[in-house]
Amino acid sequence: MAEILVIMLAAILTENFIFIKFMGICPFLGVSDKIDKSLGMGFAVIFVMTLSSAVTWVVYHFMLVPLGLEYLQTIAFILVIASLVQFIEMFLKKNVPALYSSLGIFLPLITTNCAVLGAALLNISNGYSFIESVVFGFSAAVGFTLAVLIFAGIREKLKYADVPESFKGTPIALITAGLIAMVFSGFSGISFT
Amino acid sequence: MNKIIKQFKDAAILNNPTFIQVLGMCPTLATTTSAENALGMGLAATAVLILSNVIISLLRKIIPNQVRIASYIVIISGAVTAIELLMKAYLVDLYDSLGIFIPLIVVNCIILARAEAFASKNNVFSSFIDGVATGLGFTGALFIVGCIRELLGAGSIFGIAILPEALHATIFIMAPGAFLTLGAVIALVQKIKKTLENKKKAEINTENDGEEVII
Repeated sequence: MAEILVIMLAAILTENFIFIKFMGICPFLGVSDKIDKSLGMGFAVIFVMTLSSAVTWVVYHFMLVPLGLEYLQTIAFILVIASLVQFIEMFLKKNVPALYSSLGIFLPLITTNCAVLGAALLNISNGYSFIESVVFGFSAAVGFTLAVLIFAGIREKLKYADVPESFKGTPIALITAGLIAMVFSGFSGISFT
Repeated sequence: MNKIIKQFKDAAILNNPTFIQVLGMCPTLATTTSAENALGMGLAATAVLILSNVIISLLRKIIPNQVRIASYIVIISGAVTAIELLMKAYLVDLYDSLGIFIPLIVVNCIILARAEAFASKNNVFSSFIDGVATGLGFTGALFIVGCIRELLGAGSIFGIAILPEALHATIFIMAPGAFLTLGAVIALVQKIKKTLENKKKAEINTENDGEEVII
């Protein structure tokens, strides 16, 4: 149990996907201009990353390893993730239309979110068990959501700030992200072992 | 020949994938801790880009339109796996320091964007040139950011010490430094772009003024 907690806290704070590991920066910069939009994206990522961590773990350990095809993991994982996203989209559209209308537009974007593939690859290279993989995928996605939400809150205020001409748009967003990253690197002093 | 030079200039400088289009941010931030890593990452991505552009261009008439994105992703991940295995065999140190970002080239938006916007519509030769040009634009951008970060953070470039130890600002090779450096570099690029545009406008204006005087 303690190990699970360590994985969770590490994935959310000390090893935050956005600010420490730099994964999923594209959606992070893309959807973080409004709080409700980033919340939607965050929930979609939590949903997909938890499921894809589980599915890719099963695919790796029960299909690729017995067949000796470990070197094909990148191709196999991206196909699994792409079809999983497609499947979730169709399932939600048919069975849970309310959820689909709020998450729907974010789902296709997730296929090319490197955090999802990154989490799947890290699960394998860290040698996690099935439970640990699912927990890691879930908490890394929670860390992503936390980062996007904090950032969106600041960005909404940033719109009214008097930013120098050349810094408008991406540069000021990156510098803001840099300042938040400094805060997050403060967590790295915490050790959970 | 002129056409090729123009294509190079368009793809690598005027539409620089990193600084102008702001694509592929994850490797740009994560692998630029030193000039060497940045160069390695850029060249690996360039190799994948050339390979995938050529293959997609060769198959552009065979791939059905409805499943083209899925096909592109399979082709790109095939190319990435090939490069990954080659690096593991011949460039072990570089492979270890880039780590997970080599397989993550698959989801680099630059590569899919070039496949969709260029290679799927153009012949093999110009797709090849496009791959080289975009790849070098990406490599150049990474290299610039990598040099700045290594110089400020570790006081060296390619491991050759330049600044004395007292001037090292370690934060630049840590995570926050990546955001700060890239933000500052993109701001500089925007400034240069603006200045050039203004200059062009001013030139046009003075030309017009000149004509008016003649009239």
